[in-house]
Amino acid sequence: MTATALLGPGARAEVDVAAVRRVRARTRARRRRVVGGLSILLFAVFAARVLLGDYTVTIPDFFRILTGTEIPGASYIVMEAKLPRAVLGVLVGVAFGVSGAIFQTALRNPLASPDIIGISLGASAAAVVAIVLVGMQGTAVSVVAVLGAVGVAVGVRLVAGSSAGHKLVLIGIGVAAALQAVIQYIFTRAEVREAQRVLRWLVGSVNGADWSTIRPLVVLLLVLLPVTALTARSLKVSELGEDAAAGLGVMPRRQLQLLLLAVVLSAVGVAVAGPIAFVPFLAGPIARALNGGRTTLLGAGLAGAVIVIAADYVADYLLLDVNFPVGVVTGALGAPFLLWLMARGRTGQGVA
Amino acid sequence: MTDPTTNQHRATSGSAAAGRLVADAVSLGYGERTVVERLSLVVPDGAVTAVVGANACGKSTLLRGLARLLRPSSGSVLLDGVDIHHQPTRQVARTLGLLPQAPVTPEGVTVVDLVSRGRHPHHGMLRRWSAADDIAVAQALALTGVTDLADRDVDTLSGGQRQRVWVAMALAQATDLLLLDEPTTYLDVAHQMELLELLRDLNASRGTTIVMVLHELNLAARFADHMVAMSEGRIAVVGTPAEVLTEETVHEVFGWPCRVIPDPVSGTPLVVPLGGSAKRAHR
Repeated sequence: MTATALLGPGARAEVDVAAVRRVRARTRARRRRVVGGLSILLFAVFAARVLLGDYTVTIPDFFRILTGTEIPGASYIVMEAKLPRAVLGVLVGVAFGVSGAIFQTALRNPLASPDIIGISLGASAAAVVAIVLVGMQGTAVSVVAVLGAVGVAVGVRLVAGSSAGHKLVLIGIGVAAALQAVIQYIFTRAEVREAQRVLRWLVGSVNGADWSTIRPLVVLLLVLLPVTALTARSLKVSELGEDAAAGLGVMPRRQLQLLLLAVVLSAVGVAVAGPIAFVPFLAGPIARALNGGRTTLLGAGLAGAVIVIAADYVADYLLLDVNFPVGVVTGALGAPFLLWLMARGRTGQGVA
Repeated sequence: MTDPTTNQHRATSGSAAAGRLVADAVSLGYGERTVVERLSLVVPDGAVTAVVGANACGKSTLLRGLARLLRPSSGSVLLDGVDIHHQPTRQVARTLGLLPQAPVTPEGVTVVDLVSRGRHPHHGMLRRWSAADDIAVAQALALTGVTDLADRDVDTLSGGQRQRVWVAMALAQATDLLLLDEPTTYLDVAHQMELLELLRDLNASRGTTIVMVLHELNLAARFADHMVAMSEGRIAVVGTPAEVLTEETVHEVFGWPCRVIPDPVSGTPLVVPLGGSAKRAHR
């Protein structure tokens, strides 16, 4: 059956299937360029992070180390310091970037990222309480952190009601401020030895990366990311508003499932590297700007990884002689971006 | 008017009209507040139905209930004889489309991209985008006359163009039933006519059943086969526009005295509101 045969007498103009294919192909090509470009950039900063810095490793040496050759000094620095740190940076960057982009798109507000509306701080606060007041250690703290993030997300959602959007962001920012106060209060009560461990939950850092943290994280992300990708197919429809989405067969509960996945992604990131400031907040809008304003979760994940690795490199080598935690640099990047976003007026209800 | 104590109504045009979409004693509301109470309605198949009524009479609520956006506190909405809330939502979306009052246009989205999203319910785990989808989108663009705008950003379009693009999205969904909530709001008279003629054509060519909430009574009379007048969450009258739009009914439903004369163009009822002094005299 030809295209025109399907049309009834109501047809007013030529059916131009080629035009549809052309526009769709152009949109896809743009997205491929964005993802491709960000992948190359990520590869470049990753290589720089692992090979350059205080101690330069040549590329042949790097591969010899990777395949098991023992080079005194270099082997240890690469395998136990530089490489795990870079790998951890990629993993948390992807988790944060994807999580932030889901929040911003689903709630239709660039301010609605998990680090701004208190969800990352929910993980931090729960962990700090567990460490200082309950005396917990190890994996238990991470589990408590994830539960804390989910708890805060559910709480903010309940208080905001189904209206979501603008109100949810305002309530979230209030909750974030309150959680910050809780964390600081507990921090002042912590013993010196505990304070060191607590600090990790205040400022994000990949300094302490080791393979025993990375392995379970990889397994978790291998489960979470494909499930998220599958669930996120509905995002293109839910961003048309709740009513239009329901008309297309996507009910609000599907969006809640997706947001819950984003909460867990964010919380897992916080559990291994602390709340690296503003990464979820920055990654989505950067990927969107490159992609002509359209959301791309893959692009946001890659942008998140690039931000973490690049900021960690800057924190480690380019700022004074001190080895800063990465969160200090991303915080310094994020603050001006936040102000710019406010000034442009893209934070209100009218963000559509 | 039927007996107000039972508030049971049936479509009058084509008595016991066949209806794939039926509201059975349905009560709808938001939280504690009930807006529509024990309302029954059969939407006649293959017809254009207009829902009219004063502000806040519950007509949009009824439409949201019919589109399963609201879960009834009692009663049920049946699609093809089965409670709409007991059917897989994607399956419902292949039969019943909805154009809400205020859909959100995402940033940076092209006309083709937006209209393509209407194909969502036809996809699944295994069934992805195919040539049939390209054709459905191209047809929707042609029917609504926006083919020339295919690569434009929806953000940059005029209000009338944008509304046609949204209608195109609903058409790409290719459903047998289409519900529209005040589709002509914010449109000037030319764009209102254009849109309503498009819906009329769609009804004629594809046999699509159309239900629309409309404010403009005279246009509703002109384009609808079937009319539902609502008042305070109940159906006041149903029937053909000529049966519904009488001087008494309009006064009762809208609380304003009117004269009803034949429309010189279409012959359908033309509602002409009287002046404020006549309203006082009517008391």
